[in-house]
Amino acid sequence: MIEFSVSKRLHGADGEINLNVDVALAEGEFVTLFGQSGAGKTTLLRMLAGLTVPDCGRIAIGGEVWFDSEQHIDLPPQRREIGLVFQDYALFPNMTVRQNLAFALADKKQGGRVDELIDIMQLGALQQRLPATLSGGQKQRVALARALVRRPKLLLLDEPFSALDAETRIRLQDEILRLHRNFGLTTLIVSHDQGEVYKLSDRVLLIERGRISRNGRPAAVFNDRQVSGKFQFIGEVLAIEPEEVVYAVTVLVGNQVVTVIATTEEIAGIAIGDRVTLMAKAFNPMLLKIK
Amino acid sequence: MNFDWQPLWLTFKLATITTLILLVLGVPLAYWLSFSRVRFKSVLEALVAMPLVLPPSVLGFYLLLAFSPQHAFGHFLETVFDVRLLFTFQGLVTGSVIFSLPFMVQPVQSGFEALPASLAEAAATLGKTRWQTFLRVLLPNIRPALLTGTVLAFAHTIGEFGVVLMIGGNIPGATQVASLAIYNEVESLHYGAAHLYALILFALSFTILLSVYTLNKRLLRTL
Repeated sequence: MIEFSVSKRLHGADGEINLNVDVALAEGEFVTLFGQSGAGKTTLLRMLAGLTVPDCGRIAIGGEVWFDSEQHIDLPPQRREIGLVFQDYALFPNMTVRQNLAFALADKKQGGRVDELIDIMQLGALQQRLPATLSGGQKQRVALARALVRRPKLLLLDEPFSALDAETRIRLQDEILRLHRNFGLTTLIVSHDQGEVYKLSDRVLLIERGRISRNGRPAAVFNDRQVSGKFQFIGEVLAIEPEEVVYAVTVLVGNQVVTVIATTEEIAGIAIGDRVTLMAKAFNPMLLKIK
Repeated sequence: MNFDWQPLWLTFKLATITTLILLVLGVPLAYWLSFSRVRFKSVLEALVAMPLVLPPSVLGFYLLLAFSPQHAFGHFLETVFDVRLLFTFQGLVTGSVIFSLPFMVQPVQSGFEALPASLAEAAATLGKTRWQTFLRVLLPNIRPALLTGTVLAFAHTIGEFGVVLMIGGNIPGATQVASLAIYNEVESLHYGAAHLYALILFALSFTILLSVYTLNKRLLRTL
């Protein structure tokens, strides 16, 4: 069991926020920290890793205390059994793929561990390459393998898929799930992609302005916010044109442009460039498989 | 023409020793300056950069006073350590280290600052100490900056004139470096010898800088 109860004042882009979190992770759980950027997700990850010091609180894992502000305990990252995958991967540019992994060994004689991970992550063909010559997905696999060399209890992933294309993303998600199960890891991942959260996690912690506003299974956390049978999208208004007694409003949703009809009352206060919510009640939506 | 190789030899000996000392002192100082967040850091940075803007004669004048056995510091060195820095080669080395300090520290410091913070953090999460991280992750990844600093410090020491004149005393065989020898030869109207010294310094400095720029391009390609 991982006990994680910390607080810290953060000076973010939109003013000061008070990060205040009290949560327990069960061993073997796959948990997602979900929320807007600037909500404090990465800071929470860094606190677990020992890279950022909380103002106060306590972090304990399986009875071993990593941080306790009252007892003045603060184990350095070196002594916490974590594997951290950075958002920018943080591979060492001067070392080959194999050397990057071997660097994490406490004892050079345990080279078998490096072979094992190179094998599992299918990095054999890349092991003599320098990071600069790898693609995003390959770098991610190397970073993941490197984080596992020390057999961490806790695997921390900071938006691991944000810079990858859809296909690579799906493949890596499967890979992470497999590693999580095979190595019996407790995994904490930072994400702001709902699909990813559904697919991967046992539990999601929704972070809003420094606090956990919801905590539960992904389906419970997300569906609660969106009443069933209702579609809801966020979009940007591109154009507003009068048509007889109503208005045709063109909205950009994701990368699709849609035109909807709005009444004079609806249009009041909305200008071109505004962000709007587009909602519809649908009792019988059609589902079509995309080839 | 009576040509003395001694000043040239002395110049390169001075530049080599100065550069080696600067690598030992300057690189840790640059590392500290790039990561430290203490309040008086700006004061230190300004002090390190002073030789860039100060006339060498000003620095030389103060060093002359400091090294003089008639003053506290020089007296202390002479009575406690039996070391005399005024008009000696050791004094020249000390002066050159101070004078060339920014040429080593500044490129290396920007090298460290340009590295993503996540590299050192990743090394820490992989269980490595600060020293292991410094040697195996940070230093190898600032090779171009290290090369630039080394060469600039070396070349700048070769080019010194004002400071060595003030604290060296222009003593042949002990403190008379090539730049001073040129001055002497011109003073005594020996233009031939002055030409030769000048040409050698010019050619050598050019070769050094040229090889650095070529090498640096190659290093950057492998990173």
